[in-house]
Amino acid sequence: MEELRKKARELLTSGAVKVIIGYGPGSGKRVRAVFVRKPEQADLLICDDRCLQNLAVYLTKPEVKALGKAAVVARLPTLRAILQLAAENQLTDGQVVALGISPEGKMTELSQFKAIEEFLAGFSFELSAEEKATLEKLDQMTPEQRWQFWQEQFAKCVRCYGCRASCPLCYCEKCLAECNQPQWIPAASHQIGNLDWHIIRAMHLANRCVNCGDCSRACPVGIPLHLLNQKLAEEVFKQFGARSGMKAAQEYALCNWKLEDRENFIK
Amino acid sequence: MIIEKKLLKQDSVEKLFAKLKADGRRILAPKAQGDEIFFEQVASASEMAKDYIQTTLSPKGAVFPRVEALFRYQMEGKDVKIENNSEPQPTVIFGLRPCDAASFAILNSVFSWDYQDSQFKSRLAQTAAITVSCSRADEYCFCTSVGGSPGDTKGSDILLTRIGSGDYLAEILTEKGKAMVTLAPELFAEAPSEDKEKYLAKVPVKFDLKKLTEKLPEAFNNNELWMEQSLRCLGCGACAFVCPACVCFDIQDESKRESGVRLRCWDSCGFSLFTAHTSGHNPRPVQSQRWRQRVMHKFSYFNDRQKYLGCVGCGRCSRKCPADMNLLEHLKAIAEAR
Repeated sequence: MEELRKKARELLTSGAVKVIIGYGPGSGKRVRAVFVRKPEQADLLICDDRCLQNLAVYLTKPEVKALGKAAVVARLPTLRAILQLAAENQLTDGQVVALGISPEGKMTELSQFKAIEEFLAGFSFELSAEEKATLEKLDQMTPEQRWQFWQEQFAKCVRCYGCRASCPLCYCEKCLAECNQPQWIPAASHQIGNLDWHIIRAMHLANRCVNCGDCSRACPVGIPLHLLNQKLAEEVFKQFGARSGMKAAQEYALCNWKLEDRENFIK
Repeated sequence: MIIEKKLLKQDSVEKLFAKLKADGRRILAPKAQGDEIFFEQVASASEMAKDYIQTTLSPKGAVFPRVEALFRYQMEGKDVKIENNSEPQPTVIFGLRPCDAASFAILNSVFSWDYQDSQFKSRLAQTAAITVSCSRADEYCFCTSVGGSPGDTKGSDILLTRIGSGDYLAEILTEKGKAMVTLAPELFAEAPSEDKEKYLAKVPVKFDLKKLTEKLPEAFNNNELWMEQSLRCLGCGACAFVCPACVCFDIQDESKRESGVRLRCWDSCGFSLFTAHTSGHNPRPVQSQRWRQRVMHKFSYFNDRQKYLGCVGCGRCSRKCPADMNLLEHLKAIAEAR
C-alpha cells in the first residue's frame, strides 16, 4: 500500500498524470473509487481484498476524462479491460498509466499496452475450480431446468441497468436498449423484456467480457449475471482459442472470419 | 392516533394470516431469495424471512408496480375497444418497516396531486400495512433525520413491536387496522403495560434537516459540489428502483398491428435517457446534473410542492449503490457546509 501511495504521489508531483483512479475508504467497511488529484491526498489510497470494482469503467466516462491523463489502480481484470478497450479503439497507447496489482498485492507501473500484455502473460485466466463447478452445475441441468433457473433470476430484474453501468466494456454512448425506432428490447421489466435484455447483453459481451464480476456485484437484486458471460467466454475460447483483454490489438472472434475457418457445422 | 393497543402472540401471526386469506386478501411479506429479501405473496407465516434490517426492494411495488398495464386495446373493424384493468385484489403488506409505511403518503401526494391516478389510488385503498418496528438499524439508516423513527406509526394500519416475551405489542392505528382485528378478535389479547421504546433500535439524528433544506437552493449553482459528489456515480438506476419514495415513471406502448397495451414502468432521473429530447438535446447532459436533480427533488422541490420530503431515510439507495454513493454523507456535507 505504501508503495502505491508513494508512486501516486510521484506521478502527481511530476505532473505525469493529473488523476489517480484508485480505491479509498467508503461507507462502513466498504471501499469506493476515489479520484486523487493532489499529491497530499495519496494517503487516501487503499489496496486490499475489498478492492474489487473494475476501475477501468471510469476511463471512458467524459467527466473523468476531463480531469486529464489518469493512472488507474488495476487488478488483473482491470488490466484486461484496459487492453480490451484498446483493442476496441477506446484507449490509445500512453493515454493511461496502469498501476498493476498482482494477486499477491505487489504493484508494478505499466505505462504502455505492451507492458500490460507482458505482465498479463504471466498469469493463467482459466476459470477457478469453484467457477468451473458452478458452470458445470448449470450445464448439467436439463434445458427446462436451466430455463427455469434463469427465468427465476430474471424475474427479479428491475431494469436499473446497474450491470451495464458498472461494466467497463459497456461504454456505448447510446445503448441499443435505448433505441426505440425500432425497439429491439422492450423497456419494461416484464418477462420478455428482461429475458431479451440479459441475453442480448450477454451476446454483446461474448469474447469481450474480462470476468471482473462487477455486473453481479452491482446488481441490487442479486442476479448472478457473470455466469452468462463466463459461459460464453468459455465457449468462445473452446471454438476460437481466444480470450478477451490479452492483447491491445486483438480481433473480435465473433466479427471475423478466416479462409481456414471450419465449416463442418453447415449441413 | 392510536385507536387501541393489544397483544398479538407470536404464534398467532400464522392464524392471523389464515383469517386474512379467508377474507380474500393476498399477503405480501418479506421472503428470502439467496442473500436478498423481497416482498412476495406468502401462503404461510413460516415462509417469511426471519431476521432482516431492511428488505432489498421496498413494498412500493404493491401500489406502484415496476411495470403495470394502464389499459389494453383491440381494433374491431373501425372501432377500438379499450379494456381497463379490473379492481385490484385486497392486499395486506406484513413486515414492512415504519420508514416504508411512511412512504405511501409521499407516493400518494404525487399520484393525487393534480391528476387523480385512479389505478394507484384504488391499489392504495385496497392495501393495508401491518408494520413491524425496528429493533435493529445499521449505519445506512437515517429515518430520525427526516422526521421518522424506528417505532413511528405514520402510514401503518397496525404497528407491531416485538417485546421481551417474543410476542408483539400491537398498535391499532386506523379503521383499516381495526377491520383486520375484527376478522380475528380472539387473537388480540389485552396489551401489557409495557413501553415499546426500550425495544426499538437507536437511530441517532445525523444531520439538521432544517439547515439542509435552507442550504439546498443556494447549493444549486455550486457545480463543483455536485461534480465532486457524483464523480464515482455510474449512472444506473439502482438507487431510484430500491427507493420507497421515487415515483418517476416512463410510458411504454407495446403494440401489434391490431392490439396493444400501454405500460407504466419505473424510471430513474439517474439515467441519461431520462431527460433526452427527441431532437437529441439533453438538458441534463452530465451525471453531476442528474445527481443534483435527485438530491434537489427529494429534499427541496418535493418539500416545497408536496409538503413532504421525498425520502424516508431507509438507506436502501446507499446500501445498494454499486459505487458507494452514500446519500447520507452527501446530505451531511451540504447541511454542514459554511
